[in-house]
Amino acid sequence: MKKVFESEWVSRLIDGLLPVFATLAALLVGAVMLLFLKVNPIEAYKALWVGAFGTSNAFAETLVKATPLLLVGLGICISFRGDVINIGGEGQMIIGAIVATWVGLTFTTLPGWLVITLAMLAGFAGGAVWGGIPGVLKAYFRVNEILSTVMMNAIAVQLMNFLLRGPMIDPAQAELASKIPQTARLLEIFRLPRLIPTRLHLGALIAVILAVLVYILLWRTTLGYRIRAVGQNPHASRYAGIKVPRYIVLALLLSGAFSGLAGATQVFGVNYRMITDGSASGFTGSAGFNGIVAALFGQLHPIWSIPASILFGALLVGANSMQRVVQVPSALVIALNGLVVVFVVSSEIWRQKRQRRRLSVARQDGDSPPPADEQPVPHTEAGT
Amino acid sequence: MKKFAWLLTLVLALSLVLSACGAGATPTPAPVEKFRVAVVMPSAINDLAFSQSMYDALVRVQKDMGGPDKFEIVYSENMFVVDDAAAAIRDYATKGYDLVIAHGSQYGSSLQEIAPDFPDTSFAWGTTVDTFGLPNVFAYEAASQEGGYVNGVLAAALTNTDVIGVIGPIETGDAKLYVDGFKAGVLSAKPGAQVNVNYIGSFSDTALAAEAATTHIAAGADILTGTAQMVVGAIGKAEEANVLWFGTQSNQSSLAPKIVVASQVYHWEVVLKQMIDLIQGGTLGGQSFTANLANGGEVIEVNPDSNVFDYAKPLAEDTVKGIIDGSIKITLP
Amino acid sequence: MISDLFSVTVLVGILASGIRLATPYLYAAIGETFSQRSGVLNLGVEGQMLLGAFAAFYVTLTTGNLWLGLMTAMLVGALMGLAMAYVTVNLQAQQGISGIGFYLFGLGMSDLLFQKLMGTVETVKGFPKIHIPGLSDIPGIGEIFFSQNILVYGAYLLVPIAWFVLNKTTLGLKIRSVGENPDAADSLGVNVGRIRYFTIILGGILSGVAGASLSIALLNVFQQNMTSGQGFIAVALVYFGAWRPTGVLGGALLFSLINALQLWVQVLNIPVPSEIAVMMPYVLTILVLVTSVSKVRAPSALSKPFEREN
Repeated sequence: MKKVFESEWVSRLIDGLLPVFATLAALLVGAVMLLFLKVNPIEAYKALWVGAFGTSNAFAETLVKATPLLLVGLGICISFRGDVINIGGEGQMIIGAIVATWVGLTFTTLPGWLVITLAMLAGFAGGAVWGGIPGVLKAYFRVNEILSTVMMNAIAVQLMNFLLRGPMIDPAQAELASKIPQTARLLEIFRLPRLIPTRLHLGALIAVILAVLVYILLWRTTLGYRIRAVGQNPHASRYAGIKVPRYIVLALLLSGAFSGLAGATQVFGVNYRMITDGSASGFTGSAGFNGIVAALFGQLHPIWSIPASILFGALLVGANSMQRVVQVPSALVIALNGLVVVFVVSSEIWRQKRQRRRLSVARQDGDSPPPADEQPVPHTEAGT
Repeated sequence: MKKFAWLLTLVLALSLVLSACGAGATPTPAPVEKFRVAVVMPSAINDLAFSQSMYDALVRVQKDMGGPDKFEIVYSENMFVVDDAAAAIRDYATKGYDLVIAHGSQYGSSLQEIAPDFPDTSFAWGTTVDTFGLPNVFAYEAASQEGGYVNGVLAAALTNTDVIGVIGPIETGDAKLYVDGFKAGVLSAKPGAQVNVNYIGSFSDTALAAEAATTHIAAGADILTGTAQMVVGAIGKAEEANVLWFGTQSNQSSLAPKIVVASQVYHWEVVLKQMIDLIQGGTLGGQSFTANLANGGEVIEVNPDSNVFDYAKPLAEDTVKGIIDGSIKITLP
Repeated sequence: MISDLFSVTVLVGILASGIRLATPYLYAAIGETFSQRSGVLNLGVEGQMLLGAFAAFYVTLTTGNLWLGLMTAMLVGALMGLAMAYVTVNLQAQQGISGIGFYLFGLGMSDLLFQKLMGTVETVKGFPKIHIPGLSDIPGIGEIFFSQNILVYGAYLLVPIAWFVLNKTTLGLKIRSVGENPDAADSLGVNVGRIRYFTIILGGILSGVAGASLSIALLNVFQQNMTSGQGFIAVALVYFGAWRPTGVLGGALLFSLINALQLWVQVLNIPVPSEIAVMMPYVLTILVLVTSVSKVRAPSALSKPFEREN
């Protein structure tokens, strides 16, 4: 029996489940808060579960929520492994969405599948530009990416507001006195197909396929190898002849591109138009930040990011459902979200300790050491 | 990867089991009389502005209809994420609420999709006039330019420096209507007056709104107005500088009783009651309503604690009457 | 008209506003400077500010004592800092992410407490503008420099104090060494963990004060999410300021003065779309950094958890 528990397989499974245990611990603290609010925690958490997984519709909602998380997360996998911190996901999503929407509203005479493809590429490109700018600023002008991406986020919001109430406003709205800042609706044929009767759209499948592609990119191509090399040791990489600045730019550019695509899929799969309430999160749902969390829950691995995004998406969707059922203030949901993030990220240490123990045990037993792709720790590069 | 597929299957299986348990517990059927309303709002119910105006109105309706036993209100606030709001609207509709109110112009798209799936549920969308031609969607809006106009006339009468400041969030929708109406009101009474308008670019940056107020005051304004929840910062600065304030959406006198002259308060219950009557009579939508001065959906509440009350009240009443009977025409840019 | 901008009233207005607007950024960014100098990135500043703002406001509202409110804000900030320190030093969690978690927690918690304990927006009598007889009455200069409230002055006083501590004291030396080369510092007997605990808690205290400066000094009101992203700007400003208190001061002032300027641009009806005006501080901050020639080096150990090599 002991052999079973000591077996590598079970051990790694427990590692993978650590975030789940941490989440449960956070929810336990949340239960205390619920009690203070005179809400039955069991009733509340049952609502959370049902809201995320209870019906096929709920599960579809979870997947819809997870899609932008996964896409942003894929970009984060790339950037963090290139040792750049990209917290500009919000702005990149917005810009990608704007460009994609523009394509969808302008090329109305082309066939549906062509427009969708062009729009997705446009979203990818838009986000790439918005991520590439901080990349260039960091690589060639030594402007730290945390600063530039925070600023670019704010700039993107203002740009969105300006465009949506001005040049890109729905002609129908421009007539009305209410002038809602939104674009016209995308034609039926331009929308991403859905798995009726749910809201699950093709974007989810696109995201999963891309996850596999990103995995291939990072570990099976020279480009990916170089990004990771620059991320782990820029000095050694430079001596090895890798043009470091170029790969810094690429890391941020690709990362931004995926966030841009996330924005495009939100427009083409969920909202069918671009609309703003003046803030970034009104459109993005904070996917630009939550995607970072999801990627980290997935150990910055594109494939693990898939279940990580689903579980995190489930938490978000379920918590909103819980809010409705037991009528707690949405503020509690946000605080709970924060607790989960802190707890899960804190549980990392146990995963690392266990991994190290396994390594040393393996060495003692004379087994070959497991693949040493330790999770990289992103840090601001010395010299920026 | 296999382990995670395994894990996911486990999770899914568990969820099916639990949901089966959950489905077993049917809620006790509500008494047939109870009218159940759900509302989805983009900001906090105590924001002293947009969302609060709707929540307060619902509470008033509840009182008039006999209390929580006869009129149930549930809400989801801070739904500024359009997608989450859509999920909320759909969820409430699934739960069989009689009326689901989408109190935010950004929710329109979502409503357009959801409403057809729930033909027995009545939906209401504000603030706009578009019902999408759907039989179960009501639309409502406030003619905020009317109250803005009245405030503007009052401001013009009360200003000594002939410079008036306006602080807005984003240059669209309800905010723009109010600001345009206000400006028109000022200029109709005092064509030479200077109305300085400033949009700070956010609904929540209280500090920037406050500093905008200070800037207006330094530019010579002795009267200020503004719309959306971040103006609470501006009101504070106005009070410090003894500058008069005109409010909108909710009654803001409580924040600064000395200097708030009047507020345009949205009394959505006027609109809500009409909708409820229609719903109980079998009509679930297809009409749009405007809350304005004529039907009492907008009320200019002059602050009795302000020291210009005696002057402001009759002037306000006259202006309101003029708008209602049509003798005053509001022309917007 | 653009020419309107070049008047004394406007200049005075911009400077006075800029100095006020910079206050919360200064407190929060100086606090973050200490953390980052010791190698810790704290993205949860915004959450600490919000909880501090609420604590200060609520205590002032119920007790009528401003100083008690301020101290409560500092205590709340310290507690959040303590939690962050434990998570960062002992649990060695990913710093950027744990920060976001604390941000969300602070955002939600402050709003929740606000709804349950207060329920509606109210005002308090905050720290008043200090009137220095003689100095405050000087036209122009008096308004800019001598008619602010005490928390504003505190923020600016913090800059030379922080500079002194970081550069002229043993403590500062320890902090810097921990941030540059924690292994070396450790081998020389510096308790890396304790230093980081200190800087993170200090950062929390200062973020709490930053929040208090908003709720009981500058705005005299509390509202959900009233900081609206200022905490993140503060963190960005640390990078702008090259981890030096003087640089942070420069960044905070640059950002705030341009913000004050764009307010005037709109108020004076200069025909610029409102969104472009609002963008100005952000765009200019990047541009200034791009054009500045200085070689900037981050603390080498920034964001890396420290583990003693056994």
